[in-house]
Order: sequence, then structure tokens, then C-alpha cells
Amino acid sequence: MFAGTHRRIVSIWFPRLASDRVLRARPVEGPFALSQRIGSSETIYCLNGAAERTGLHRGMRMADARSFCPNLISQPARPDQEARFLRLLRRWAERYCPWVGLEGADGLVLDITGAAHLFGGEAAMLADMQARLARAGVTAQLGLAASRGAAWAVAHFGGSAETLLSLPVAALRLPTDTVVALQRLGLRKIGDLAASPRAPLARRFGQDLLTRLDQCLGHAPEPVTPEAEPPQFATRMTLPEPIGLQADVQAALERLLTPLCQKLATQEMGARRLCLTLRRVDQASQQVELRLAAPMREPARILPLFARGLEDVDAGFGIDQMRLEAVQVERLAPPQSNALQSAAPGHAPPEQLADLITRIGTRIGLENVLRFLPAESHIPERAFLLAPAAFSTPQSGFTAPRPRPLRLFAPEPLAAQGAEPPQSFRWRGMRLTLGRATGPERIAPEWWIEDENWRRGLRDYWRVETREGRRLWMFYTPQDPGWFVQGEFA
Amino acid sequence: MASSFAACLAAAVQGPVLWLRESWQGDTLNPVGFLPVLDPVRVLLAHPANQTDALAVAEEALKDGAVALVVLEITRPLDLREGRRLQLAAGTGGTIGLCLIPEGMGSNAAETRWRATPVFDPKHEDSTLMRWEIIKNKMGTFGAWNVCWNAQAHRLDLVSPAGE
Repeated sequence: MFAGTHRRIVSIWFPRLASDRVLRARPVEGPFALSQRIGSSETIYCLNGAAERTGLHRGMRMADARSFCPNLISQPARPDQEARFLRLLRRWAERYCPWVGLEGADGLVLDITGAAHLFGGEAAMLADMQARLARAGVTAQLGLAASRGAAWAVAHFGGSAETLLSLPVAALRLPTDTVVALQRLGLRKIGDLAASPRAPLARRFGQDLLTRLDQCLGHAPEPVTPEAEPPQFATRMTLPEPIGLQADVQAALERLLTPLCQKLATQEMGARRLCLTLRRVDQASQQVELRLAAPMREPARILPLFARGLEDVDAGFGIDQMRLEAVQVERLAPPQSNALQSAAPGHAPPEQLADLITRIGTRIGLENVLRFLPAESHIPERAFLLAPAAFSTPQSGFTAPRPRPLRLFAPEPLAAQGAEPPQSFRWRGMRLTLGRATGPERIAPEWWIEDENWRRGLRDYWRVETREGRRLWMFYTPQDPGWFVQGEFA
Repeated sequence: MASSFAACLAAAVQGPVLWLRESWQGDTLNPVGFLPVLDPVRVLLAHPANQTDALAVAEEALKDGAVALVVLEITRPLDLREGRRLQLAAGTGGTIGLCLIPEGMGSNAAETRWRATPVFDPKHEDSTLMRWEIIKNKMGTFGAWNVCWNAQAHRLDLVSPAGE
């Protein structure tokens, strides 16, 4: 872009990004450092100016640092948070120009070509950046030059674009061993390097050195890659007159849903959790949350699911702002059109079931709608799992080597003795007599799981058919004699 | 008892089954026990906190028609209005609703009421012999049958005419 014009690049270096981030949230007087565990020792990851003045430096062991500076306040570093903070700063820097890219883990690069006059010239723009960053509590060093490499050099090593040739060779973004080797050869400054013949340098250090040099001097191109904005799945609407009727809110919601769903469709995403914020004229706001049983993006399906949540909204003197956000999204591929399947009679389409689960979920909670999943265990009560239907897929694969009861309950003791099922017994206030007993089926506890209920050890299960009709599942514990009823067939 | 009646009915319909029971109840349904009768994959379980929620969910599911059968285990009798609402919802959605009731808690709105009791079968081992009596019927007459689930053929066998 801007072929034939001079490009102007600003490089911003945040020398204390990590500690500035922490100190912004919680200011500390005096020396402060962030520690990072490398191998078995804690070392300094980032530190503030006060700590640097006491003689501490990066990479120092925390134990040494504490002995140098007993009043050092420290805290573990969070590199992920730091990366997030840098992305925030990148977004902020878009106020100056649209071409903002990341420079390593602690810098930004801005292509301000043609944008500086909007801020009253380059000097005024840099002063504005410096002032705003200082007010935000972020230490920054700025470099302005005609190429990205030169801007980086100026930001890190000071000086200006005119004095570039007098900067040390380390300002070329070279690996440390190359820098050391160049210094041994007496090539200490960029100017020395630029003046020396290129062919021997390339033979000795490889093409990379010359590429870096050309990039710095502006002979080789190095574009700034702006980062794509992550998609925002939210829409909002401000109303000229406050509304209060449920039908009006529904109509407004429909107009919010349509663009949101279009946005989801272009990104091939489906909403899993939606949050509708309604702001009233008296500045109070209410939220309606909708959790969906399956990712979806059809406005016509989502709208009726909101109905129950909207019933509870207190409109007060009226609602004048609405914001709809898809808080949680999931990948959802475009559906394959299958005319044959949808035409099959007798089966409700699976979306209808998902909608029903969502509606039931809004009343009793989505985690209370469950389905059975098979589990690998011969312990009867652990042979299956109950998982929320909205967050699991159906699985078959249940196996029953022998008949199992339809209902299981906590073992209920019986007054009986001996290893054979009792001829008559009393259970739940009923006197029952034995008709036929099938068994025993021995089930041993799983020794690798500590289970309170299996403290009595082995169980010999019997299928007991009583003359009264009830079919019970009873067990006898030979290691600690006792009889229990655990389930009922039929 | 009644759970096997519900399971046999679920096997006879096509599509998913919603089984509603309040969350405080101590015993659990065992999907492995369902295996000879129906595939537990078809069963969706909902655990409402109280019977009011259970009735509301049942009405919603009956009206919607996405599930083929709604089984509702109740712990207190339905009043006239609740029973009628469920019956209207079932009519709208074309869904079968089955209420598993303790003895004597039937609703006036029900189309039919059945009593299902297991019966001891002296002849066959591993028998699933049951006696099904229809004790209320708005559209027809009463009757009683002795039935037995045939796991191989996957259907109900009528064992012998009830001796009455």
C-alpha cells in the first residue's frame, strides 16, 4: 500500500509490560517484581523502576533478590494475562491508525502513513501516545522511522531515525551469538556493518544478517500485519420511546436476533447461551439469560424460547435500550439439506427435541434434564451414568449379562440368616413368602475404588420371586453375614 | 409394578420418552434393567424439584409432541384442574401421557386407568408374568389380562385368559 510514498512506522516497546499490568490494578509503593519458576528456582520475570534502582535485574534468582532488597514485594507472573493485556493495547492503538500489529510479546507496531496529520503531525501524535500511555500507567518507549526495523531500533535503543547508523548492532534484532561475533570482529555499530562488503558478511553469518540490515535501512520491505478483530456476537438497539408491552419487547428482540443470527451464520457458529440486557428509563437494567440445549442460529426458533424469560421482566416506566449478546458460542456447520429425512413421518425432527429440552431447562435447569450413558463396571449402581442431555450425545452399548432390576434403591436390610434366601421375610411392612430364588450371582467390589456402600465385601445376588408376586433383587454378604434388598424387577 | 407397564408402553411407541420424577426420590431407574424391553438411549430423564414443576414440564412436553411418551411419577393426588390441563395438552400434542400413581390417587381426567401387578409364575423361571387390569375406561369396557414380555420377539405375549 502507499506505493511511492514514504512510509512512516511507529514502534512501541513496553519494557515493563507485565509488572505495569499488575501495578495498574494494585499500585505498590517501592520495589515490586514478578517471579517465574524456571526449573527448580524462582527467578525475576519483570520488575518496576524502584526495584531496578536497588540493583535487581531480570533473570535474577528471587532468593538473591530478596536478600538484596528485603522490602521487595513479589507475585507470580501470568504470561497469558500479559498477552491479553497486549491485545487490549493493540485494540486501543487502533485509535491512531488502522494498521496495528503485534511486535513480539511486548511491543506494537503501527503504520501511521497518512494518518499523522489527523493528530496534528507526527510529533504531536507521538506526544499524545506517550501522554496517554503514561496516564494509564504503562511505561512505553516509542520509535518513529521510515521502516519497521528502524522504528524497532529507535524504540529499543533510543536516538532517532537520523542517528540510526550510530546505534549498536544489537538494534538489528539479531540473535545474541551473532551480535557477540560481530562485536569481536570490531563491527560495533550499524554504520560499520553497512559500510563493510556484503558478500563476506553473508558467507560468514548467513543471509539473515543482511536481510535484517536491509529491513532496518529500508531497502527490503517488511509489512505490518494488522490483526483481525475477533468477531463480536452482540447487537444492541436504542429506542426513541420507552416500551413496556411484552409483544413490543418480543418484536424488538426479533429485530436484534436477525442480525445476530446472520453474524453467527457467516462465522459458522451457533449460540449456546444468550444474554439479553434490558435497560429501563430509570437506568436500572435487567438480564434475561437463555441457555440452549444445542447450538443454534435460527431466529424463528430462538425467539419463542425467550418467551418464558421475558414474562418475568419488570418493565417499570419502560425499556429504552436492549442489548443481545451470544455469551457462549459453539461451532455449527451449515446444515445439510435432506429433503427425504425431513419428510419421513412419525419422527419429530431432532431440533424439536432440542427446543423442548431448552424450554424444560428454562424451568427446572438444563442440568436436570438427563440421559443415561453406559459405563464400564459390573457394580450395578455404577453400570450407567446420568449426564445432562444438553451436554452429551446419546450412546448405546448397555449390556446385561443377567436380568437386572428396573429400579435400584439403597440396600434395605432384612432379618434373615444363612446363605440361602429366607423362606419368608418381612420387607417394607409386607410379609412375603419365597416362591422361587435364582442365583447366586457373585459380584466382588472394585478394590480400586473406595466405596462406603461396599464395605461388607462380596455380594451374592439372588433373584427372588415371591408368591405374592413381587420380584426382588436381594443379596447376601458372606464376609459379613446379612441380607439386603437392593432392587425390584417389574 | 407400574414401571414395567411404562416400559412396555415405551417399547410400543416410536420416538423418545421423557420420564419425569422428582429429584428428592431415593430410588433410581436402572437403564440396564430396561434393556430387554427398550433401548435406554430413547429415555430422557427430567428431575424437577417439586410436583408443580413436574406438572408444568409434563404439560409442556405433552403439548410439544417432540417426545412420543411422557411418564410422570406423582407423589400427591392431582386436582381436577391439573388433570384436565394435562389431558388437554396431551390432546393438543397427540402425545401419550402416563401417570404412575400410588394406589387411589387417580385423576378424573384420565382416559384409562390400569392396575399392573406382578404375578408369581410357578411354571417358568425368569418369568415376567404380570396381570394388567383396566379399572377405568372412558371409551370402553373393563378387562384383565395376564401378560408376559417376550424378549426374543420383543413383544407382549398374552399368557392365558384371566380366570374370572
